Amino acid sequence: MLIYLARRLALAVVTCAAISVLTFVIIRLPPGDFVDAYIANLAVGGSTVSAEQAAAMRREYGLDRPVVVQYGLWMGRVISGDFGVSMMWRRPVTEVIGDRLWLTMAVSFAALLLTWLIALPIGIYSAARQYSIGDYVATTLGFIGLAIPNFLLALILMYLGFRYLGLSVGGLFTPEYAQADWSWAKFRDLMVHIPLPASVLALAGTAQLIRIMRANLLDELRKPYVVTARAKGISEVRSVLKYPVRAALNPFASSSAYLFPYLVSGSIVVSLVLGLPTVGPLLLQALVAQDMFLAGTIVLLLGVLTVIGTLISDLLLMWIEPRIRLQGRA
Amino acid sequence: MTAVGLTTNDRLAQATQLQLTWWRFRRHRLAVISLIVVALFYLGAVFADFLAVMDPHATDARRSFIPPQGITLFDDGAFRPHVSGLKGVRDPKSFKLVYTPDPARKLPVALFVHGYPYQLFGLIPTDLHLFGIEGGQGVDGIFLLGTDQLGRDLWSRLVVATRISLSIGLAGVAFSLMLGILLGGISGLYGGAIDTLIQRVIEVVRSIPTIPLWMGLAAALPNTWSVIQVYFAITLIISLVSWTELARVTRGRFLALREEDFVIAAELAGAGQMRIILRHMLPSFASHIIAATSLALPVMIVSETSLSFLGLGLRPPAISWGILLQDAQNVQVLAGAPWLLSAAVPVILVILAFNFLGDGVRDAADPYG
Repeated sequence: MLIYLARRLALAVVTCAAISVLTFVIIRLPPGDFVDAYIANLAVGGSTVSAEQAAAMRREYGLDRPVVVQYGLWMGRVISGDFGVSMMWRRPVTEVIGDRLWLTMAVSFAALLLTWLIALPIGIYSAARQYSIGDYVATTLGFIGLAIPNFLLALILMYLGFRYLGLSVGGLFTPEYAQADWSWAKFRDLMVHIPLPASVLALAGTAQLIRIMRANLLDELRKPYVVTARAKGISEVRSVLKYPVRAALNPFASSSAYLFPYLVSGSIVVSLVLGLPTVGPLLLQALVAQDMFLAGTIVLLLGVLTVIGTLISDLLLMWIEPRIRLQGRA
Repeated sequence: MTAVGLTTNDRLAQATQLQLTWWRFRRHRLAVISLIVVALFYLGAVFADFLAVMDPHATDARRSFIPPQGITLFDDGAFRPHVSGLKGVRDPKSFKLVYTPDPARKLPVALFVHGYPYQLFGLIPTDLHLFGIEGGQGVDGIFLLGTDQLGRDLWSRLVVATRISLSIGLAGVAFSLMLGILLGGISGLYGGAIDTLIQRVIEVVRSIPTIPLWMGLAAALPNTWSVIQVYFAITLIISLVSWTELARVTRGRFLALREEDFVIAAELAGAGQMRIILRHMLPSFASHIIAATSLALPVMIVSETSLSFLGLGLRPPAISWGILLQDAQNVQVLAGAPWLLSAAVPVILVILAFNFLGDGVRDAADPYG
């Protein structure tokens, strides 16, 4: 188990390093460097920067040195918590991002919990009552979830809400709380608003997990030990829940590991449609305005937090699923 | 049936693997229907301009936000397909121009009419279209799905968009296939340290949230690039992530087949490695690859649609489903013109069809099972 834990941690560190390299590439990709963009930005505002000042800035940020050194310098600053300055907002990047990062994570985690909470019982039911009406309903819903990309679902829900209920579905807060400081009331407000975006996000993943759970449990239910248990007169519920479900959980658990990155990904687009105050809209604005420090920081933090989130969900599943604990692998 | 006099068992024993796979596939009715749907979509993409009614790029301020029109088939009991002419009336409250049908004016719909010029297959210049109205001017026209704000006909745009949206999936899958089969093959064939390395790379790639990454890469494409350059860059960006699933499938098959008796027999008979892979192993895992491919295609299509929807993918004047859906982003606009959402229908249909098709092929892939 310790080996498993160490392996997961090592992989998480490697993933974070890979994400940081990719982020650095994204920051560096636009033509010209950061100082060019900064000067151009100032020029729009009417102020100018002399050639010496520009050279001094380049030296300060190490832009005159090889790329690898630049990456090292940038990483050094990032680790000490200095993510640079957003050109668009002229404020430190961390200040601009503020709560948005946590809200993104909150929505994604809510979606993850929802996916598990819905997929597990429905999957078990569909397998235990194969070809019943409930099974068909679940399968149909599953296919719908599979076929409608979540941003499209958000768009359709928004339209229906606006057209038939006359309300704007969207946002994470009622206006009076949007700018307010954190309080219990604001938290409660968030809890009221979070189910809708979370379920929009959760639908596709749920569909997939139901299919996996159903298939695995069906395989398990046909095994002789279940037949024996039935023959010995164990109650229906017990004969399904006691061992087969536990055995079928394994593939279910390993496929969940990739669910969290997928949900975070989806939350970006869904946030844009539903107007959620997450990093999604900010990232888009930053990218369109070529505010690369802001965009890069968002990609980096999102990536790292996703890795941590996946790690946590893995550990949770390890706790539930003894085989991972004992065999040392998912 | 050619095999007259043979029993079912003889037929099964004599059939090639491809035949067996096909027989198995044919039994999966939903998959067969999906195959037809997909084929129709691709056919539509090839003949997009022929199916279009109006130039998908032509704007006309007088045609802004015309609602969808139906074709009336009968006129006074006689078969005379026509659409009603439109009357623009300014709404006294909102000052918006609202179009109402004017039943007095009947515009006959004809088959094989001459419309805007285009090149069939990019080669043959022609101006023939499947249906339309001879010489429609101003608000006179046939708007099956209505028009957008700039007065462009949505049906024509939707048909033409099919071309980019469906081909970007193919191009992207081709890229991922190359990467996936190469890396998955190496991984499964050699095993050991290189296998571990590739497996770890796959795990790392899969745990990165893709959309922010794609957005970052896509936004960094220079503004000066042409539509074609952006198109290929986007396919590359999308396939950078999706090769992992194909690599996983390829590796799994290689690992399973390596131990099979017929492979060992070929090895002992002195066959070269290339020959073993191409002659003996490839036929047994080709159908698995096809299944993985047809499941990867819808993912590609959705990726392009989401990127273009965000305005970071393809850029106008290119037309794709994502670009069409971009117009539907604003709920106020959407409330006034819900037909802008119509691009969602082909997206959902194609994703469903590819998924069923992939399931069917996957079930049929192992005909001996």
